[in-house]
Amino acid sequence: MTANKKFWDENISTASKDKIKEIQLERLRKTVKHCYKNNNFYKKRLGDAGVNPDKINSLEDLKKIPFTTKDDLRDNYPFGLFCTPLSEVVRVHASSGTTGNPTVVGYTKNDLDMWAENLARIMYDVGVRKDDIVQVSHGFGLFTGGFGFLSAAEKIGCMVIPISGGVTERQLKVMKDYKSTVIACTPSYCLYMAEVAENTGVKFEDLNLKFGFLGGEPWTDSMKDEIEKRLKIKALNSYGLSEVLGPGVSCECLEQNGLHINEDHFIAEIIDPDTGKTLDIGEKGELVFTSLTKEAFPVLRYRTKDISYLIDEPCACGKTFIKMAKPMGRSDDMLIIRGVNLFPSQIEEVLLKIKDLEPHYLIVVDRVNYMDTIEVWVEVSEKIFHEKIMDLEFFEKSIEEKLYSSIGIRIKVKLKEPKTIERSEGKAKRVWDKRKEK
Amino acid sequence: MPIKQLTVFLENKLGRLAEVARILKNENINLQGFSTTEARDYGILRIVVSDPDKAREALKKAGFTTHIADVICVGVEDKPGELLQILDTLTEKKINIDYIYVIAGTRVVLSVPDIEEAEKILGEKGLRICF
Repeated sequence: MTANKKFWDENISTASKDKIKEIQLERLRKTVKHCYKNNNFYKKRLGDAGVNPDKINSLEDLKKIPFTTKDDLRDNYPFGLFCTPLSEVVRVHASSGTTGNPTVVGYTKNDLDMWAENLARIMYDVGVRKDDIVQVSHGFGLFTGGFGFLSAAEKIGCMVIPISGGVTERQLKVMKDYKSTVIACTPSYCLYMAEVAENTGVKFEDLNLKFGFLGGEPWTDSMKDEIEKRLKIKALNSYGLSEVLGPGVSCECLEQNGLHINEDHFIAEIIDPDTGKTLDIGEKGELVFTSLTKEAFPVLRYRTKDISYLIDEPCACGKTFIKMAKPMGRSDDMLIIRGVNLFPSQIEEVLLKIKDLEPHYLIVVDRVNYMDTIEVWVEVSEKIFHEKIMDLEFFEKSIEEKLYSSIGIRIKVKLKEPKTIERSEGKAKRVWDKRKEK
Repeated sequence: MPIKQLTVFLENKLGRLAEVARILKNENINLQGFSTTEARDYGILRIVVSDPDKAREALKKAGFTTHIADVICVGVEDKPGELLQILDTLTEKKINIDYIYVIAGTRVVLSVPDIEEAEKILGEKGLRICF
């Protein structure tokens, strides 16, 4: 490997469609057999659906394989979906399990290598090199973010600062003193860092930060613009979920118009979340992933609940992997307000375009007298506060009008004192649905 | 010369005004007068204090959103007709008052679009501008 090559692995990153398909088919056959042979759940699931693991003849046959859902993972808690003996597993990660049993995932030694390889490739291909200093502000623990970026950056040869999340003043001090060039965290934490930096006099233009690999929650273009403006970085959307791998499934290139999927390790499909029907390229629906190289925890057609679509067009960056649009929300984040479907991201898109409005908000949904109510809490900063109540009322009304004209439902805006909306050092909580508490 | 009035954004919830008063007391800042205006879920508090800059710093540190504006302060006596004299003087010149309130030491605080002009007019009428 020479230091100045453009791609981590040019043979793969720029492979022809046919070549990719060939690799995918070979690996899909292997994965289906592996699941069938080594796991009772998959054996029964595939058997019930009449899938013969020895007769996967084309990628089209993928459609015959039943979906795997988060409930399947929970029902088989903790290790029921592992496909290798536990003695081969060298690491586990898990989801927080706020809504039921956590989902536990396992990695063999090979899995960890493959994980680091996937994410290293992503980082290298956008320009991260061994002389970069990578500040990993994702949590280290059962969450995959921290360890994922640590291993990948080490694989490239970067100096890694495994600072984990939180203690924001220290994050900024480290960033300045150690001269971090790359940061990995959630996008909402980036904005919180920007706020703390502004309050403590840290100027991002004096720092060395170039790239942010940001993920772990859905975020909009407006938020990306805000982060790029305030942190003076390229804010790249990095996608992954522990059930499929962790970070390293897909990521934006510098073109920032879609996330290249590591297609030699994952097959992505888009389905209609209601009918399960596979949708065409460009059609919006739920993302479904099949892993192709995992040993301990392979997944067959795992339903992510993330809403996206696939983009299959040549990319100026030179990579040939298919792209997915940045997830615009999760099917289970979708709010239904008086019968209208609404994603929190639609509200965010409007709010973040409003000048001088702080990028912290909370959507509060309730049901009063059998009617859904929705309001958005935003904070009054000194930038928008003048001494007339009329100005504030006008400001409130103008946000309400902007929300109405872009979304089509009336959303009440509530002005709040600064810092009353919780800041997040990990995944931001954007919605408070009081209907679920009743 | 106008005086400095401090404006504070307050959510309409229990104890917020008390919090402002407590901060001022702890900083040993004298609260000379105030007024409040309320909207649906929030209000604004206008205060005149002995040291507006220090008060603003302390309130900001405690997380309040604040604003400093110039207002006119006119000394009046505690007798009939004093307010009318101010109002007539301004009305005659077609100057509309945005808001007005009384502070300690029988003084009236008011805001108008053009402060300099209004002060001049009030001064010419023999009214006592305080600062």
